[in-house]
Amino acid sequence: MLELQDICYQVNDDSDDKEILKNVSTTIDGHLVVVTGPNGGGKSTLAKIIAGIIKPTSGRIIFDGEDITELSITDRARKGISFAFQQPVRFKGLTVIDMIRLAAGKDITVGEACNYLSEVGLCAKDYINREINASLSGGEVKRIEIAMVIARGTKFSIFDEPEAGIDLWSFQNLIQVFEKMYNKIQGSILIISHQERILNIADNIIVIADGRIVNEGSKDEVMPQLMVDKIACPTLLEKIK
Amino acid sequence: MDILEKNILEKVADIHEVPEGAYNIRSNGQLDSRNTTANIDIVTKEDKQGIDIIIKPGTKNESVHIPVILSRSGLKDMVYNDFYIGEDADVTIVAGCGIHNCGVDTSEHDGIHTFYIKKGAKVKYIEKHYGEGDGEGKKILNPTTVIYIDDGGYMEMDTVQIKGVDSTIRNTKAVLGDNATLIINEKLMTHGVQTAETNFEVDMDGKGSNTNVVSRSVARDKSKQVLNLKINGNNECSGHSECDSIIMDAASVTAIPQLVANNIDAALIHEAAIGKIAGEQLIKLMTLGLTEKEAEEQIVNGFLK
Repeated sequence: MLELQDICYQVNDDSDDKEILKNVSTTIDGHLVVVTGPNGGGKSTLAKIIAGIIKPTSGRIIFDGEDITELSITDRARKGISFAFQQPVRFKGLTVIDMIRLAAGKDITVGEACNYLSEVGLCAKDYINREINASLSGGEVKRIEIAMVIARGTKFSIFDEPEAGIDLWSFQNLIQVFEKMYNKIQGSILIISHQERILNIADNIIVIADGRIVNEGSKDEVMPQLMVDKIACPTLLEKIK
Repeated sequence: MDILEKNILEKVADIHEVPEGAYNIRSNGQLDSRNTTANIDIVTKEDKQGIDIIIKPGTKNESVHIPVILSRSGLKDMVYNDFYIGEDADVTIVAGCGIHNCGVDTSEHDGIHTFYIKKGAKVKYIEKHYGEGDGEGKKILNPTTVIYIDDGGYMEMDTVQIKGVDSTIRNTKAVLGDNATLIINEKLMTHGVQTAETNFEVDMDGKGSNTNVVSRSVARDKSKQVLNLKINGNNECSGHSECDSIIMDAASVTAIPQLVANNIDAALIHEAAIGKIAGEQLIKLMTLGLTEKEAEEQIVNGFLK
């Protein structure tokens, strides 16, 4: 269970204090939770705050009853938080199997690595010894990023826009990945997404706009409202027509 | 050979006991042991220190190991090794030098290796340099490699210097004939207050010759590196050079790629990059549970792998 208590995050932009997150409080417990909302609203910042990449200006983060606000990225990872980046990092020299082994935290066999890669629709034979460098496409590194989180199998996993750049590999498979993972870890999966099909598999939805939680609740409660909000822009609606 | 020397041998030549095939092990300036085969002869030079390695034409899938070990502090060793690779031979040559210096005097090994690769011959050359020992004495290695490749010959050179060598000047010079190919992969890591200078110069004289020179290096602590990569295109040929360095701590890296085209059909490319370890790479590995230090090690090891 992850509890965010009154999280604020400010940055100093051109000597102007800008509030990225304003008094965000919520509890995420044993669910598939999707965080959505407009671009620039603070969703990714919130994910980075949970993973420890960004320190909040104020507020507390409680994970399974323990205050982890001051813990490093490494310590949080070891306590069971995983994070799939929106833009995966590339490494010269490190191969797919190296990264999956580091993620799994042990010297897994090629067969085991193959299991993780096939989950995300990649054939291990073609990828296992490939370097995670510029020769891989955006969609490929994105899927490897997801396979790394599967390999970790921690009780709290965050995915920042996992659907972005996922090309030929179908959406349905991505959704299966989350459902399978949820069954296996029985923990929480937090997905940042704009995609209706991902919103549809959520147990709970949190809507963040302008640094605040503007709506949260079960999918059935929040989804109809999201649709109403979308219709609220007549100009856009006109263009879509 | 004692345990210490055997350990060095393993580091520089990946061999535990007596290697297969032809070999010549030089220890503290003396011949330790030698083996020749029906196709590979090793002859001690009469006029100076060193050996001639003569590989008969058509020799296939054989290997030669010629490691050098220095374990006595204060020893200065200088050798000339000449390799004659006969036509259409296909061989692997493993050289390497390891210094263990726990004394106070400087130990130095300067090896000059000259390769004469005949028509259509293929050579894989692996060279490792390594230093150890916690004495005050310096460990100096200055390898020089001179390469002549005839028509259609091929050489791939993997040269590695990962640890412990205080000072090094590494010179490699090559002249390529028609349709000859030379591929060089250098891996270099310096730490402490070490200095390394590496100079590559490839003359592509032959029509259709080509080369690819790739140097990857990591400079840590207060070490200094100077990387010179020069390719001369003197005929219709193609050449590519790349030097890619990670700089850490208070180190210094100078990369000087140079391309000279003396023929309108010479196609030459160079790439050079120096940079610190990207913060996002460290963060990614830390989200997998590695400490910052462990993440750094993984990135460096991967880069030099």
